[in-house]
Amino acid sequence: MTWIERLYLPAIFQGLSITIKHLFKKKVSLRYPEVKRAFAAVYRGMHVLKRDEQGRENCTACGLCAVACPAEAITMVAAERKKGEENLYREEKYAAIYEINMLRCIFCGLCEEACPKDAIYLTDRLVPSEYSRGKFVFGKDMLVEAVDQRIDISKRKKVYEI
Amino acid sequence: MTIFIFKAVLIFIIFLISLGIAAYSTYAERKVAAFLQDRIGPDRAGPFGLLQPLADGVKMFLKEEIIPTVSDKWLFILGPCLFMVTALMTSAVIPWGMPLEIGGKIYKLQVADLNIGILYILGVVSLGVYGIMIGGWSSNNKFALLGAIRASSQMISYELAMGMSVIAIILISNGSLSLTAIVESQKGLNWNVFYQPVAFLIFIICAFAECNRTPFDLPESESELIGGYHTEYSSMKLGLYLFAEYINMFISSAVISCLFFGGYNFPGLDYLNTVLPVNLVSLISIGILFVKIFFFIFFFMWIRWTIPRFRYDQLMRLGWQILMPLSIINVLVTGAVLTFFNK
Amino acid sequence: MNSQIIFFILSSLSLVSALFVVFSKNPIYSVMWLIVCFISIFGHYLMLNAQFLAIIHLIVYAGAIMVLMLFTVMLLNLNKESEPHKSPLPKVAAIISGGLLLLVLLAAMHSGSLPGYISPDLTDTGYVQKVGIKIFTDFLLPFEMTSILFIAAMIGAVVLAKKEKH
Repeated sequence: MTWIERLYLPAIFQGLSITIKHLFKKKVSLRYPEVKRAFAAVYRGMHVLKRDEQGRENCTACGLCAVACPAEAITMVAAERKKGEENLYREEKYAAIYEINMLRCIFCGLCEEACPKDAIYLTDRLVPSEYSRGKFVFGKDMLVEAVDQRIDISKRKKVYEI
Repeated sequence: MTIFIFKAVLIFIIFLISLGIAAYSTYAERKVAAFLQDRIGPDRAGPFGLLQPLADGVKMFLKEEIIPTVSDKWLFILGPCLFMVTALMTSAVIPWGMPLEIGGKIYKLQVADLNIGILYILGVVSLGVYGIMIGGWSSNNKFALLGAIRASSQMISYELAMGMSVIAIILISNGSLSLTAIVESQKGLNWNVFYQPVAFLIFIICAFAECNRTPFDLPESESELIGGYHTEYSSMKLGLYLFAEYINMFISSAVISCLFFGGYNFPGLDYLNTVLPVNLVSLISIGILFVKIFFFIFFFMWIRWTIPRFRYDQLMRLGWQILMPLSIINVLVTGAVLTFFNK
Repeated sequence: MNSQIIFFILSSLSLVSALFVVFSKNPIYSVMWLIVCFISIFGHYLMLNAQFLAIIHLIVYAGAIMVLMLFTVMLLNLNKESEPHKSPLPKVAAIISGGLLLLVLLAAMHSGSLPGYISPDLTDTGYVQKVGIKIFTDFLLPFEMTSILFIAAMIGAVVLAKKEKH
């Protein structure tokens, strides 16, 4: 090092000038509850179990999502469709219980890729916070979309060209 | 008798201002840190987060008070008290502005115009070590003890260079140790910093070390010593330590302004004196001093978020092997120049 | 009259704190009381209108030397209850030397004459300028001798502290 460099003062002033420049830069923070950050179109948040156009559940409880899940967060119990339930479930088999443990889930989206029936999708909704661990096991009541409140997943729907 | 009432009121006001500035320094510290890092900082309590210090203070008071059972109880309580007392005592000799005129009488805006003013500051600052040492030792915790030892050796080391750099200032301001005289000798833009840049550099580095501020915050370096000397402290006793540190910062900013940046002097003060009433000029001069003080408080924070912490051996080498000889040479050169060229 | 009251308060404070220094069981408390004692002596200097000496006393003794003492005491292991048995020789030596000091002081008090009371307001012996002029004219030789003594002590300390290179 030269004598000037060994003084360290020029380096210190250089550092000071860098930090003072940041004082006048645009701040990157968002004031969260008032301003919300825009989500990416393919943001992987809370799951949704889709219904088809007639309001029937797509899921047939095939279990591919549970197999694909690296965190083993998904469990389900399958059941056979009874007579008169054709308006509720699209195919003869359906998931009587479908649970995702949101504390285990790592939101990788592999369930979405594994699903052959377009039934499960990750959305841009956030998992709400709770006070106890038990409440993070989301059942069908939390996951299946309501008939009158459809959740739009058209932007993230993958179109595979064969 | 009125002089006593005036002094009592002045002391009271200075205490209030010191505490208020210390409280808002915590807010400013967080805001400056945030702004230098492209963040926003506290903005929830009140407009722009201006009530944040109040919230912090309430939180401090409501925290549980813990005195470790293995600690020395009396010394444990004495530690923060001593630190706070010494921090507040320093403000006594600082001239805050031009004299005020109340009811035909002239009052100096200074609690005590000692003819050893600057030495008084050095003396009280040297007593400030005890608050840290006693607190650190009585906690009966190895991290606290290490922090206390670091703090005391650091403060003793840097006091020497600080005193030596002040000698140069005393030499060029007619050999007076009184802060009023030093400030008076810097009329207009005749500031000492232009004549003694080296002394200024040494003094400000030593001030950083004495205040235990980054880059010399080794006594409480959280990455190695948890909290340093106040590891075991909680509630308002911890609050006193943190508060006193900010008061120290405020006072050292005031001392730097007085010694090197002309205190309440500014170009045009003499002209204003002829056209405006005395009290208005006095208030303006107080404002000017506080502008300088606020700049240095900002400078303290600016440095904190720019320069990383020193290693302890680097700190000691800087103090003893660089600043100390440099300040002695500075005194010698100043003395020689004054003797041979300034007859 | 006022200054007399202050004098008596200060004197009793310094005497009491000095006694506490001796009688405290815990060395840390001794050091603390010694600091109180030094601060009361600082007050005495101020009463004599010797501001420079007062503040130098505060900086050097209370601010620097006592910190070093505290430093040493803090690094001792104070929890050790049983100290090894010491021979009584140091105690005897301490008593003899203390007694001799007392004798010398008494003799000095007896033979010397105390100067009459001078109001501190009339003197300015303790001011910086006066002390400086005195040091660099009347007491130049002792002053320089002291500085040589200090340098010798410093070099000695450095030599002792420096590790030998193998």
